[in-house]
Amino acid sequence: MLEVNGIHVFYGNIHAIKDVSFYVKEGEIVTLIGANGAGKSTILKTVSGLVRPATGTIKFLGDNIVNLSPHIIVRKRLAHCPEGRRLFSQMSVEENLEMGAYTREDTDIKADMEDVFQRFPILKERRNQLAASLSGGEQQMLAMGRAMMAKPLLLMLDEPSMGLAPILVEQIFDMIAELNDAGTTILLVEQNAQMALSIADRGYVLETGSIVTTGNCTDLLNDKRVKKAYLGG
Amino acid sequence: MAFLSYLISGISLGSIYAIIALGYTMVYGIAKMLNFAHGDVIMVGGYMSFMATTNFGWPPLLSVLFAMGVCTVLGILIEQLAYKPLRSAPSLAVLITAIGVSYFLQNAALLIWSPNPKSFTSIVPFNSIRLFDGKLIISGTTVVTIVACIIIIVSLNTIVNKTKVGKAMRAVSEDKDVAQLMGISVNKTISITFAIGSALAAVAGVLLCSAYPILMPTTGAMPGIKAFTAAVFGGIGSIPGAFLGGILLGVIEILGKAYISTHLSDAIVFAVLIIILLVKPTGLLGKKVLVKV
Repeated sequence: MLEVNGIHVFYGNIHAIKDVSFYVKEGEIVTLIGANGAGKSTILKTVSGLVRPATGTIKFLGDNIVNLSPHIIVRKRLAHCPEGRRLFSQMSVEENLEMGAYTREDTDIKADMEDVFQRFPILKERRNQLAASLSGGEQQMLAMGRAMMAKPLLLMLDEPSMGLAPILVEQIFDMIAELNDAGTTILLVEQNAQMALSIADRGYVLETGSIVTTGNCTDLLNDKRVKKAYLGG
Repeated sequence: MAFLSYLISGISLGSIYAIIALGYTMVYGIAKMLNFAHGDVIMVGGYMSFMATTNFGWPPLLSVLFAMGVCTVLGILIEQLAYKPLRSAPSLAVLITAIGVSYFLQNAALLIWSPNPKSFTSIVPFNSIRLFDGKLIISGTTVVTIVACIIIIVSLNTIVNKTKVGKAMRAVSEDKDVAQLMGISVNKTISITFAIGSALAAVAGVLLCSAYPILMPTTGAMPGIKAFTAAVFGGIGSIPGAFLGGILLGVIEILGKAYISTHLSDAIVFAVLIIILLVKPTGLLGKKVLVKV
């Protein structure tokens, strides 16, 4: 579904992403793990078009998306739920969800919003409240709900567990698994390697801009180096 | 009764400032830049309407629509040619460019229409109305100006809060990147904002020249600066702020002229700006900017 080959990304003179290649097959949950600053968010931003790579190719469903604008890429049903939630804080919960459906012209938008409310009942309670007034966990739910409103075929999640209490992290990850079961392919970027590797099918480990290991998550969970560096030995 | 008369004049002048201020505030909110050429688009609007009535002989409404059309195109052109290429440049570069565009427009007008002031025929077809047994006289232009301002505010409010375009504008002004991730074209949204602001500038130009019928290439400059001031002390980026700031500024200016001194009225207006910003730096209705560490 998504094929990334040989991308290099520079922030000014800093070589942030060095020759990264990876792929995501339909129906999978693929995770990209690594420490802070490894370049995980940069990779997602490059795929969604917010950042331009210096070289390399990115193909989504066979189409080359490398130099397209982000607002065109999302219309191909590739959604990006950015790091730190990035909700429209001055808009209500409902308005945020409506923004998620901005590209859609069909009549199912209301029905899909009800689906989101069913999945995240707390959002329904707060539907007219400003997004800024929600708690961290609620904001993450809203961010994911908003991304889902675009009805993406591939959903990219950037550190959904960030800043959340462990019990909420488990809830969010259950949601992610559920979304995947319902048919959405997921590319998950996470610092929380344990959680990420436990729900994903395959993983890539990123260190200072390069992929150092890849494999099935069961293999990665047992890999000595990965265990030592990311899973607490 | 004199006070009421001055108040109404102030609200009328303030309405013009508010309409201009809306252009400044909307563009700032979305593109994060101060379009100092905005005042001169007003002047172009005035000249376009003047040309339409005097040279083409068109009826008032058509002249206004013509002015709005030309200014809309002009605004979009300025954005595409002068500001868009500088989107990622430091804001000082954009500011200087805006001032450059302002001088360009003024000098182009000087070349085309000469520095001789033109006498502008008001677009308002009816005369004054008299209230309270003729003790209060309100000119037709004043009535039209205030009504126009109300219509504009209500329409803009509807557009920004209820339409898809308006939501896109709010999204882009809050978070440009995420707005793109929602499928919003930032370029298109910015262009639309400039278009709306410039159309409003044309209306303001026509109303301004109807009330103060001398038209020169520099006609837009001072009202532009004052309206910018109004937008800032109302809270730059806030549409209600621009409205409040504009009306307040008009009232302060007229009351200042009436009760303190004609010469000092401009100084008073700018002094008020300084005081308000000292007390509330983000302006009266401005958003508190929380810097998350």
